[in-house]
Amino acid sequence: FRSRSDDSEDTELRFVTCQSLWNQIKSETEQIQEDLNKQLLDNLVSFLSRSHSEFQAKTTEWTCRMKFREIPTAALVLGVNVTDHDLTFRGLSDVLQDNITPFIALLEAKDCAGIKNLMQKLMGQLMNCDVDVDSLEDEDCVQVSQNRIRCSMSSLISWYESVTKKTDSETPSKKRNSFSRHWQSPPVVVIFKDMESFTTKVLQDFIVISSQHIHELPLVLIFGIATSPMIIHRLLPHSVSSLLCIELFQSLSCKEHLSTIIDKLLLTSRFPFKLGEKVLQVLINIFLYHDFSVQNFIKGFQLCIVEHFYSQPLSVLCCQLVDVKKRVYSLSHDQCENIRRLPSFRRYVEKQEAGKQVALLTNDSFLKEEAEKLLEDLHVYHENYVSILRCLHVFTSSLPKYPLGKQIRELHCACLENRVWETEEYESSLQLARMLNKTDLVTMLQQCVEILRSSSGKEFDKTVEKLKEFLTQFQNLEAEASQERDVSVSSQKELQKKTDLYHLQKTLLELKESRRSKKLTKFEMLRFEVVDYIDSLVRKYLVPADDRTLHEIVYFNAATVLRGHLNAAPRTALHTALNNPHWYLKNQALKCDGGGISNKAPDICIVYKLHLECGRLINLVDWLEAFSTVVMAAEEPNADAASSDQVDDIIHARFIRAISEMELLGFIKPSKQKTDHVARLTWGGC
Amino acid sequence: MNRPDGTRSSRRSLQVKFVPDEDVLKHIADDAGIKVRKDKAQLSVSMKKFVKKLENISDNEAQEILEEKNYVAALGVCAQDPVGNGSNISGGEVYSFQTPKRSSKMAELASELAQTPEQNVAPDHSKCPEKMAKTPQSSKMFLLMHVFSLLFQSKNKEFVSTTPYRLRKRLAAPDPYLESESEYSASCSEEEDEEDQKEVSTALSSQKTPGKTKAASTSPPRNSLAKKIKEQKMGNLVEEYFEAHSSSKVLTSDRTLQKLRKRRLNQQTLHDLLKKAPLAYAAEIRDLNQQHESLFSKWMLQLHLGFNIVLYGLGSKRDLLEKFRTSLLQDSVHLVVNGYFPSITVRSILNSITEEVLDHIGTFRSPLDQLEFIMKRFKEDSSLELYVLIHNLDSQMLRGERSQQILAQLSSLPSIYLIASIDHINAPLMWDQAKLSLYNWLWYETTTFSPYVEETSYENSLLVQQSGSLALSSLTHVLHSLTLNARGIFRLLAQHQLEKKDNPSYPGLSFQDFYQQCREAFLVNSDLTLRAQLTEFRDHKLIRTKRGADGVEYLLIPVDDSTLTDFLEKEDDDV
Repeated sequence: FRSRSDDSEDTELRFVTCQSLWNQIKSETEQIQEDLNKQLLDNLVSFLSRSHSEFQAKTTEWTCRMKFREIPTAALVLGVNVTDHDLTFRGLSDVLQDNITPFIALLEAKDCAGIKNLMQKLMGQLMNCDVDVDSLEDEDCVQVSQNRIRCSMSSLISWYESVTKKTDSETPSKKRNSFSRHWQSPPVVVIFKDMESFTTKVLQDFIVISSQHIHELPLVLIFGIATSPMIIHRLLPHSVSSLLCIELFQSLSCKEHLSTIIDKLLLTSRFPFKLGEKVLQVLINIFLYHDFSVQNFIKGFQLCIVEHFYSQPLSVLCCQLVDVKKRVYSLSHDQCENIRRLPSFRRYVEKQEAGKQVALLTNDSFLKEEAEKLLEDLHVYHENYVSILRCLHVFTSSLPKYPLGKQIRELHCACLENRVWETEEYESSLQLARMLNKTDLVTMLQQCVEILRSSSGKEFDKTVEKLKEFLTQFQNLEAEASQERDVSVSSQKELQKKTDLYHLQKTLLELKESRRSKKLTKFEMLRFEVVDYIDSLVRKYLVPADDRTLHEIVYFNAATVLRGHLNAAPRTALHTALNNPHWYLKNQALKCDGGGISNKAPDICIVYKLHLECGRLINLVDWLEAFSTVVMAAEEPNADAASSDQVDDIIHARFIRAISEMELLGFIKPSKQKTDHVARLTWGGC
Repeated sequence: MNRPDGTRSSRRSLQVKFVPDEDVLKHIADDAGIKVRKDKAQLSVSMKKFVKKLENISDNEAQEILEEKNYVAALGVCAQDPVGNGSNISGGEVYSFQTPKRSSKMAELASELAQTPEQNVAPDHSKCPEKMAKTPQSSKMFLLMHVFSLLFQSKNKEFVSTTPYRLRKRLAAPDPYLESESEYSASCSEEEDEEDQKEVSTALSSQKTPGKTKAASTSPPRNSLAKKIKEQKMGNLVEEYFEAHSSSKVLTSDRTLQKLRKRRLNQQTLHDLLKKAPLAYAAEIRDLNQQHESLFSKWMLQLHLGFNIVLYGLGSKRDLLEKFRTSLLQDSVHLVVNGYFPSITVRSILNSITEEVLDHIGTFRSPLDQLEFIMKRFKEDSSLELYVLIHNLDSQMLRGERSQQILAQLSSLPSIYLIASIDHINAPLMWDQAKLSLYNWLWYETTTFSPYVEETSYENSLLVQQSGSLALSSLTHVLHSLTLNARGIFRLLAQHQLEKKDNPSYPGLSFQDFYQQCREAFLVNSDLTLRAQLTEFRDHKLIRTKRGADGVEYLLIPVDDSTLTDFLEKEDDDV
């Protein structure tokens, strides 16, 4: 039922590839997210179990009862990317369910307008999750909710007692199983998803009430906070916040989250699909300037995949290397033609000698062989690209002022955009790299060796060798350096001996002279060598993808489409349509230059233009008159005096229609300030 | 106008106010190495340089702006899209804060438009400073304005000589140059209208001190310019906004439609008339639509992948969605919501889902409960699929926060596919991040230029005579929920009103007469019951009471006669 309207074949296959790729990526991202949240969740779990054990102790020690007016509370600072929070909470409640307690209630501000609603919601959720544990109690629970017994803390407590007691006394095997993971009396966890949007009163009441009952009900609160922990104290007065025993938990910042995602999804050769530079830029910009939402970033990524597979018929070849061969050979003639039409392939053909050119352009099977080879090349290129990119990042990320960016994603963009070694930033960063000290250089080299070793590319053996050679050379230098140091120390001693200013100056000058004239030290020579070597690596491997043949198959580059779909500008569209209808309606009569508008434009455009000339209130009569002047002028040739009355009526009607449309679009509204006037609603109506 | 209070008391008020202006000039002019001269030609040349200079300054000072530009540029990569909107239009240009126009402006433009021979209109930029200011971006515009006024002021000052003292003296005497200056600023800067201008001149001619204060009052915006250009920009915007809105007087002509001999059209004639008028550019519009229609299968795919689709752009998207529905959704369960219908509610949407899609009979306590039920059902049964098409998601009835929240949650269900259209310019403001992520929109620009026929037919437009079809349905609805007696009472009143429909000065039925009639028809037994009944009518706005000159209460049904006739006929049918 998914009718991709393309006339070309392979749609089925393309769709399947697309789906499987997306599923793969989705599971990957989920995995990443889980890993990232793991730390946080572990902390939380340990916190909960600790607070809970205290409660256990309490049952014997009534002395610390006073202390238990305090509710153990976890404040979870999650950052402003509210949309990602859901996922975190879902993970959290799953983990808690497994490890600590079956009694979890997730509360959202929009459900809890008053304390009554809150209690209702809370009890509903608690009793529901009870149903999960014990199906026997099902009817009971239903009855309870049907009767709608007053939702109060006391009823909650009695429910809690009954549940825990039952599990203690009846001990059927089934229950044993379900509770074995939990403690005897598991705590009740209440999660406030969006603490900031709760009304203060509700929160205060709830906290005060529940603190009264904390000795009967082991309650633990978790606040989800988007801004800063200060908000707790701003929302709650001291008397209330003193009832909370708050521990703070910080989740990973969304920027780090994004870098990991990019690192794992884009800078890897595992997935055949790649993002072009502009597309990536758009996605990152949306993230940084609009929402900080990793979720949205992934959504954008998904859209890229769908769009790519939908619009590029050759995307059928965008698959794992293993399948490429099979798929290349099953390509139809049309698809071969498609390949020949790719600009990058044409460039490639032009570079070949004449005989091969003819073969490529006419012989399908030869083309297929060649295409397969090229695709393999592309794959190898990716593997190398990623490793060298990482090496370069090691170098550039520690340079002062970060000429090539702090994050690897910036470097990636720069490399994708054009030949990175031709940019000024690269030049300056090499300059800076030539001034690195030895320890830094050595650690960087070591890191590079690590990266290259772990990479899957086969060509790096030699490179690793070379880098290692550099490292040993550095070590050799050390011995010599110690000697040199002696020399410098002695000269310094000399300096110290001389006390008078003139001599000091003189010697310093001499030193400077000698330094300037002195040949580069061995270390400096070596440093240059290293940097030059890195430079050569960059030039060899970090060729922008646009230069590679057949890059269109795996790179998605339609940034405009993406931007139009994710970051649309409805106002701009309206504005363009009204101001410059020619943009959409390709009619010569509408063409005009400058800020003007033709008098043949659609009615609403004329009305809009006229209304721009008005102040806050617009007199409808004037407006109508102006409108009819314009329209009459446009229709002059065929307007006879006889039918003018009727024409008038038609213009009147058209005017009415245009006005209603303006009203619908929100430009004007009826005003009662003056008869037959409308008010302008957009800026400029002043 | 924060300055005058401070300066008024001080004797050296003029010094206080003009020195900063000099600073400005120095700051701007001397740097550029230009000396402001007296002759106008020079001024106009240097003016351009000022503008450039100012741009530079503002660029340097406000790095954020620069960054923003970068960002816009980054996002605006490849603006060359055949269908896409011109993304090279920067935000400021779209709905900028523009200068108010005098009432004659519109007519002027109209005649200008009309005069242009065939196609092109090139507005004469040099004709009037206002026009000139209109074209650049809003931020620049203000600078420009102030440069103008500055220049003129400086010119004036040069004339007078640079010493503030003498200037003050000259100011004290009625000064023709100053007057010209104030006149200029009146026509040039935003807040000064003719009235202000008058004020200035009268003040100048009559007294010494008011003249000073008046002059002082014109300067503050300029002073602030000297201090911080950026702040001033912001501050000015705010100031001018409130200034413009504080004055209640509006300079528009007093003509009303009544004076025009044209009659008000009713819905039907309007419709007929519009049918006669040929639709302009039909071919081009058809082309546009065809472009959009080629996207249908893509929409379908994206809907299935968990996205929801929102359409925007000028022109009715109703036909487009209808076409989408008829061409692709014939075999699947779908729900069409006419958002523009004035009495649509979220509840009715939810009801139609529960009753017609899920075949559930029963009522819910609140929309939230209903939503929960729907979500549960859809999650349980993965074979359930529902396409929801909403025309005008941003209509009056649906744009509320709660309704949007509910719709967003509904649309977040994986097996509900939502495709909606928006028209209002501020529609995207309905959604915050949370809702946006629930909606999971993909935006599609579908500018169709087709007239909003259906959408606007329900708006009670100013110029359209109400046909009363709505009133009729509301009448019947309300009355159906009332008792038989109450209906009888209303009938009586309606019949009476219809009998008197030829009498244009019919005041209504007096309460006493009405009571008498009701008693005779055995509808009420006491004064009080009737009054209770009438209160109910009044609450539903079914009747209106008016006290006549003699203090007697008159009752009137505020509905057209034709509607009333229709209503009575319908009632008769029912009974």
